[in-house]
Order: sequence, then C-alpha cells, then structure tokens
Amino acid sequence: MNLQGRKIQLHDMCLRDGMHAKRHQISIDEMVRLSTALDEAGVERIEIAHGDGLGGASVNYGFAAHTDEEYLQAVIPKMKQAKVSVLLLPGIGTVDHLRMAHSYGVHTVRVAAQCTEADVTEQHINLSRQLGLDTVGFLMMSHMLEPKALLKQAKLMESYGANCIYCTDSAGYMLQDDVRSRIETLREGLSPDTEIGFHGHHNMALGVANSLTAVASGADRIDGSAAGLGAGAGNTPLEVFNAVVTRMGAKTNANVFKLMAIAEEIVVPMMDQPIRVDRDSLVLGYAGVYSSFLLHAQRAAKKYGVASEDILMELGRMKTVGGQEDMIEDVALNLTKAMK
Amino acid sequence: MTKKVNVALIGSGNIGTDLVIKALRSQYINPVWMVGIDENSDGLMRAKAAGLKTTAGGIDGLLAHIAADNIKIAFDATSAYVHAENNTKLADHGVTVIDLTPAAIGPFCVPPVNLEAHLEADEPNVNMVTCGGQATIPIIAAISQVQPVAYGEIVATIASKSAGPGTRKNIDEFTRTTASAIESVGKAKKGKAIIVLNPAEPPLMMRDTVHCLTEDEPDQAAITQSILRMIEKVQAYVPGYRLKNGPVFDGNRVSVFLEVAGLGDYLPTYAGNLDIMTASALRTAEMLAQKMQSTGETK
Repeated sequence: MNLQGRKIQLHDMCLRDGMHAKRHQISIDEMVRLSTALDEAGVERIEIAHGDGLGGASVNYGFAAHTDEEYLQAVIPKMKQAKVSVLLLPGIGTVDHLRMAHSYGVHTVRVAAQCTEADVTEQHINLSRQLGLDTVGFLMMSHMLEPKALLKQAKLMESYGANCIYCTDSAGYMLQDDVRSRIETLREGLSPDTEIGFHGHHNMALGVANSLTAVASGADRIDGSAAGLGAGAGNTPLEVFNAVVTRMGAKTNANVFKLMAIAEEIVVPMMDQPIRVDRDSLVLGYAGVYSSFLLHAQRAAKKYGVASEDILMELGRMKTVGGQEDMIEDVALNLTKAMK
Repeated sequence: MTKKVNVALIGSGNIGTDLVIKALRSQYINPVWMVGIDENSDGLMRAKAAGLKTTAGGIDGLLAHIAADNIKIAFDATSAYVHAENNTKLADHGVTVIDLTPAAIGPFCVPPVNLEAHLEADEPNVNMVTCGGQATIPIIAAISQVQPVAYGEIVATIASKSAGPGTRKNIDEFTRTTASAIESVGKAKKGKAIIVLNPAEPPLMMRDTVHCLTEDEPDQAAITQSILRMIEKVQAYVPGYRLKNGPVFDGNRVSVFLEVAGLGDYLPTYAGNLDIMTASALRTAEMLAQKMQSTGETK
C-alpha cells in the first residue's frame, strides 16, 4: 500500500462519539481541556456535543451533562486552528438545531442518515450549505448497502449540497474489502470536487486497517478518536492511525507525539471503563449492530438478568438501525418472558 | 335507520385512497366525492370504480357540487400548503374539515383524548397531528390523567417503505408537530418526538415507544389501569394497536412499548403508521356525523 505524499484530514470523535462511552456525561472542563489539546496538536476537525448529535438529549439516548449550546459556547471560542463540527440526525434534531449551531460559530455540519434513507437529509443539507458551512452527508451503517446502491444515496446528498460524503461503519462490521469497494465506487461516481470520508469503529479490531484502506481507495477525511474513545470498542484510535500513516509517508496536520500524549494523559484517565474489543463489542461487529447500543444493552442485561450478547444478537436479527435504542429494553423484556 | 352523512375526500394519494375503502364500510358516513389533480392516479380510478364522483380539478372541481350533494364533512389529505386554500373554500361552503396534512390550522385531534371536547366546541377544522402522535399521545394522556407528567417523549419507528416523499422531504414537521401535541393534547409539560425509518425486509410493523417522566413518584397501579383502559379505547377504532411491553416503572420513568398493525385496506398491514392516521380521521368523521344526525343537521 503506497500512501507516500497523501494528504489526510483527521477528524476527532472523542467529544461526540466518545459521549456514548461516557453516557454523555463529559463535563465542560473536560471538553475544553481535551479540545484545546487536540487543537494544539494540529487535529483539523473536532466533533462535539451529544453522542446522538444535536437534539439527542432524551430518555431514549440519555441526557448529557450539559446542553449542546453550552458545549458549543465553551469550546468554539477556544480553538486556534481546529474547526468544530456537529452531527445532526434528521428525525432526532431539526433545522432549528442547525441554525443554533451556526449561530455559535460551528464550521462543519454532518447530516447523518441510515444509508438507505438519504432523502430525509435534503432540507438540512440545503440549509447547511446555504449558511456557507462545510457540509457532510454521513451515511450510517454503510455495510447494509452494496457499493452501487450506496453511491446512489451519496449522489442524493451531493445533489442537496453536501461537499463531502462519508462511508460510515457504525457497527464496526466492515472488512477491508468492504471498505475498498465502497470508497472506490464513491470516488469514481461522485464529483471530483466532493471529498470522501471514512468513519470506523474498532469492534473487529480493524479501525486502523480499514481507515488505511479507505485512504488508499480515495478517502480524504478520516474519523478517529484519541485512545479510541467512542461507542462500541471505540473509534479508530487516532494517535495510532496518525503514527502509522506518518511512517508510511502520508501527511497529516497532527503531531505524532502530541497526539500520543493526549491519548495517554487526557483521554485514558477520562474513561469509565476500558474501551477495547471485548465480547459485547465484538458481537456488535460480528452481527452488524449499531455501536452505541452497547452500554444500553449492558444496562438492560443487568436490570433484567439476561445476557447482553443475547440482546445484541437479537437486535442484529431484527435488523435494527441507529436510533432504535428503545428496542433494547423491549428485547430484554421479551428475553425475560422467554425464560419463564 | 338514520341517513348517512355525505363526505368528500380531497387528495387521491395513499391516505385518501385508504380512507375511501374505510369510509365505504362506515355506518355513519357516505363517501360521495373524491378530489384529485391527476385523472389517471390510482386513487381517482379506484374511487370511480367504487362508485364515487371524482374530479381531477382540485378543490374548485368540487365546490359547485357541495350544496347539491349535501357534503357536510371533508377529509383533506393533500399538503400543508394546499390545505390552507382548501380550508378557506370549504369553510365558506359550511363544510367541516378533517385535516390530515401538517397544516394544523385547527386544533389537534386525538380521538380518545379530546374529540368529544372538539365536538362540543363545534370546531370547523381539526388536525390529525401525525401518525406517531395518534399512536402515542393517548398513552401520554392516560398517564397525565393520573398525575402530572414533567416530560413526555416518543420514539416512532416505521418501515422505510411506508414513509412517502412528503414525510421524507419535511421530516422536521413530524418531530415539531408531534412534540407540540405531546404538550397540548398529552399534557406533558415538555414534549420530545423522535422518528426512525428502518429499511428491513420484510418491512417491520410500526413500533412506538412512550417514555414519560412523572413529577412525583408514579402511582403504578393507577397508571397501569389508566393505560390499559386507554389502549382499549384506541383498539375500538385501530384493532391492530397492541401493547408489546410495559408499562415499565423505573424511578419516575414510565415506559410503554407499542406496535401498530394496519388493517391492510389499501396499504399493507406493516404500514400501521398510515392506517392509524386514516382510522383516527374516520373515527373523527363518524363521531361528527353522529352528532350531526342527532341534531338534525344533515337534512
């Protein structure tokens, strides 16, 4: 694999996807401390706020320690070079949230939809582009569509005004060939001006390998998080990816040693539990289940005395998608009934 | 036997076409006119075949016939934008309007919760909220009838195949309208609505989850009884409305897990989301018709 001279834009997820692993309880102080360190280390983009994106605060997904407004207000003015991004899932958040984020000076809006449902993003992508924001179409659970069908959905988002399209491996299910075929198809089919990104989860321990494949196949932006702080077994560990691609002669804007220090000294001590491939997160990757279901399933398993892997496997069998956290307790209750 | 009340259906899409089938079975209303804008639409052709008078001339194609055909009630299943104009014209002709668009010119109507109040107030126009609202607001109301609800949240999951282009183009309308009705009709102090589209094949049945946070410790027995009673009321007009799990009590949280199967009239049974809208609108029309019959307004 030759990545010599390739430019790669890094996007850190600790303070958004990592919110899932922290039950959305990251404090303002932690958020400011980590984001300023990532800014100083040269990471170009940093995503913040509720794990389920703007407006995610709910019984279903969990209420965050602070409002989206409070996080944006605290972090954005502190950035020297890094751009702050937010995630918006139509059906959860609305254009009102988008306008709010814009008013606080957000730079990038990533409008996310289940990869088969890109047409729900039209009004949000339109508005984001009209406001002059860096606008990303984020195709979640991309493993569920074959490359050509995925391209069709990506083209819808491109036609609404997205200047970047993400192939998002929400379940950490994809193997390297899955990534290669999807990114290559997107690169060939989308306008050369449209950037392509890859968002990995480390559930099958392929976060770094899949991200390398994505770059080799034409991706410009890579999501990861320092020390992997993210849902499931975490996102692609960004300090590892940065070290690997730097050794391969690719160019990122982030300092290898500063990013290592952030992972070791700031992020790891923030973790409530080790974020690694364990049985439950491996089940997510194996069965293709949305990564942020993990802690919800573990809580339900404990409450109802059933096995968390049984809950996760059933959610996979039901073909649940991102946002259906309500089905976790429902499945746990059904498993309890089945035991009687 | 009392004479049925004559009604018109405006909008020949999925919702309007399903409503015609349901209305033809009704003991209280008689579907006379179907209004569309496309002569060749499946909805208009089916309506004509079923013996209804049809026009592809939009609302203006109907107005001249309202008096002669004694149309008293109209269902509008067009769009929010078109509904505003339709409503003005229908109101001028003395027709009571049941609005299935997101326009919400009139008050929200969730039949087992507030239909009787609307009938007493002689509302000239009522709005049927959203599919998720019809499925969940009765439960929120059942809880708030027992004790104050600080927060009501609903998650509606529908099969991708049952979400039409209108819903998709303006998905924010769903979240906003439903949240607003959770507060005004369900009587939660704060409302939140979430909608998820699921592409699984075969398509999944509509699922709805209600999470309420009560102000004080929930009275479990009273809330459970109130919810079960409310479910029976909904089942009277939506037979496929089912309690799957719950109520679950966890501190001040009360969660209820529901499934809505449709009748499979024009739309497949998994599309409980569309069926609960048409069933609720039909229920509203039938109650209105019974009131008109008893006051002799139909003559």
